[in-house]
Amino acid sequence: MNELIYFFNYVVIAGSVTGCIYAIGAVGVTLIYSILRFAHFAHADMMTLGTLAVLLLTLAFPHAGDPLGLPTAIVMLPVGMAITSLIAVGIDRAFYQPLRNHGVKPIVMVIASLGVTLMLQGLIRLFAGTGSQNLYVDARKEIFRIDVPGITRPIILTEPQIILFIVTVLAVVGLHLFLTRARLGKAMRAMSDNPDLARASGINTKLIITLTWVIAGSLATLAGTLLSLDVAFKPDLSFFLLLPIFAAAIVGGVGHPYGAIAGGFLVGFAETLAVFNWSVLLRPLRDSLPTWLELPNNLALVGTEYKIVVPFFILIAVLIWRPTGIFKGKVI
Amino acid sequence: MNSTSNTPSSRHAASHRTMPKRELVLFGGLALVVLAVFATMGPAYSTRMLVEASCYAILALGLTIQWGYAGQFNAGIMGFVALGGFSATFFSIPVNHEFWSSDLPGRLGWVLLAMVVVTAIVFGISRLDRIGVPKLLRTTLAIVAGLVGYLVVISWLRSVTGDIESQVEFIGGLGLPVWLGWIVGGVLAGGVGYFIGHICLGLRSDYLVIATLGIAEIIKAFLKNSDWLTRGTATISPLPWPVAEPGDVGFLTARALYLSVTVVMIAVIFFLLHRAYHAPWGRMIRAIRDNEVSAAAMGKSINRRRQEIFVFGCILMGIGGAALTSFNGLFDPQGFLPLNHTFLVLVMVILGGPGNNLGTLFGAVLVYVIWIMSGPMALAVMHAFVALGSHWFDWQPGNLDSRALQARVFVIGLLILLVLRFAPRGLIPEKVAHHD
Repeated sequence: MNELIYFFNYVVIAGSVTGCIYAIGAVGVTLIYSILRFAHFAHADMMTLGTLAVLLLTLAFPHAGDPLGLPTAIVMLPVGMAITSLIAVGIDRAFYQPLRNHGVKPIVMVIASLGVTLMLQGLIRLFAGTGSQNLYVDARKEIFRIDVPGITRPIILTEPQIILFIVTVLAVVGLHLFLTRARLGKAMRAMSDNPDLARASGINTKLIITLTWVIAGSLATLAGTLLSLDVAFKPDLSFFLLLPIFAAAIVGGVGHPYGAIAGGFLVGFAETLAVFNWSVLLRPLRDSLPTWLELPNNLALVGTEYKIVVPFFILIAVLIWRPTGIFKGKVI
Repeated sequence: MNSTSNTPSSRHAASHRTMPKRELVLFGGLALVVLAVFATMGPAYSTRMLVEASCYAILALGLTIQWGYAGQFNAGIMGFVALGGFSATFFSIPVNHEFWSSDLPGRLGWVLLAMVVVTAIVFGISRLDRIGVPKLLRTTLAIVAGLVGYLVVISWLRSVTGDIESQVEFIGGLGLPVWLGWIVGGVLAGGVGYFIGHICLGLRSDYLVIATLGIAEIIKAFLKNSDWLTRGTATISPLPWPVAEPGDVGFLTARALYLSVTVVMIAVIFFLLHRAYHAPWGRMIRAIRDNEVSAAAMGKSINRRRQEIFVFGCILMGIGGAALTSFNGLFDPQGFLPLNHTFLVLVMVILGGPGNNLGTLFGAVLVYVIWIMSGPMALAVMHAFVALGSHWFDWQPGNLDSRALQARVFVIGLLILLVLRFAPRGLIPEKVAHHD
């Protein structure tokens, strides 16, 4: 049974954590895609930017979270989200909107977003350096060990992981309610379905675009901060986050928020399962195996250093067999 | 037939007539800049800069046919450069006799053979539905066989490569002439390009960007972690040159010889591209770029043409990357950076003029000179800022070198955005010929 707990700790929990992060990231990408019709490559750096904002706030007020019993970073999260949203809207006004008004092809917008990626990367690393930093300033990460009766190995959960699960559920439910109940959310869906018709029926498209950036910036901050709480703030993660997030958005069907959530969890679990060493699970069977079948020590599908291969192959497989994604996304 | 062969020459004449001051002024200015560098930094340094600029020019020509001629954007130039560099390294460095005299080559051969056999078996199973096996059963069988075969082969491979690393360090090279490695590098890059293009070119162009970005990181991860093949982070040096080595004839002469090799390569590529651009084939490519629907209605095979041009571009990138790596004399998988090998090339192309070969060459040399010169400049600016910062806010940042590098990242990003906004067609725009 120890092996099963090991499996639970290293696959179920770890997979859910990565899945949540990818899902929140992919929702942002897919929303931008459905409103603005281009793949926003600067999203991973927006995550880093949001995290940096939260980190700076945490450094400035290291004990703001103590009265609430929460990590300070979580208390600072709304402020960080607001700052990042402002910056996202500013970037749109300064760089994307002029191009949009010129009526350029989507691929030019993609290149512009790569330019924004570099600018953000440069700025972030210029001020924060390239080393990793812990978001727990002056505080300790709490670790919960849950003992399962009759088994020596406990289930291990950390405080940021629990917060991550709760916040993800809240964010998803909130987004769902917003998109289905609120007037602006409905207007957003209308615009993603048919921008011309939406404009003709009196929807303020400029407001919708601003709102999209606000939501995308907030979600990016959320994902980045929660990820950094769980591990650490790493300014050079960008390209390694980008591929899984895009794979998740495409697997779920581009322009489909619920698909993006499903895709995020799919990619997250695929990654964790692929780097998991399966021979750990088979070890109890070792003695009963025939002698010619010697169990190798390492039965992982790919080494951890090749983790990035997994989302890539998911992406390739989806593009070959079902380019619209599992949930039948939009325009290809 | 007659009319098609006449058109290019008449357009050629037209473009000569309209050959304005613009090109002359820009190239004249560029020559002055290069001369200024020669005067201030000395000939050996400047020749090195020119050789690297010429290697980058090959990369930029590769991107200009993808992006400028056909409107496909490749965000993974770094990966193709790394492949070319690896091939140049593998072919040119001396043979590791220790490796070849042991039993390891045989074992490695068996693993490769097993890989081929497993692939063949899985492929065979995936075709079982042709003889009446239900499709669901076929798919299940194929996945199970693939998984089991993969696990078996990968564990053999791990044991063999582990032995290689512990017994002979790495497998060494082939000791063949460098130019062979350059050609094979181009072929390898073209092969990867074919694979990517085959999957993505029928879909929206965004997907190509994602896929190329991903494959570049994967190629880098593979080269970095395969210590048995590339020594990984331990790096390989020195790499032989196709011309006399600096140790024999001195830095300046050797670099000048190398420069002549790359310049001849550029001249050949430039000539071929020029012919292709003005040939019916080039016209067809541009027709597809400018109006896909009507080109398809004219009966052009859009995906085939896109595939061709994408692979050609990748081949050029592989060759350029091989030449660049050989010149550096050091194969370091970690030295391939998206900034230096993807986005710098992008800036060269969009600043110079996508779709215009002359503009691309101009952009390549200009941007590279600025890039090289901006290193010390950025450091100086940083020092000035820090002086101000410590004066006003008591701000004392450490490791200025790496921060200066990041400042350049920012500037490259800003440059991309400014060019897209204010000069979307580059400094020397593509000449669109109009016929009445």
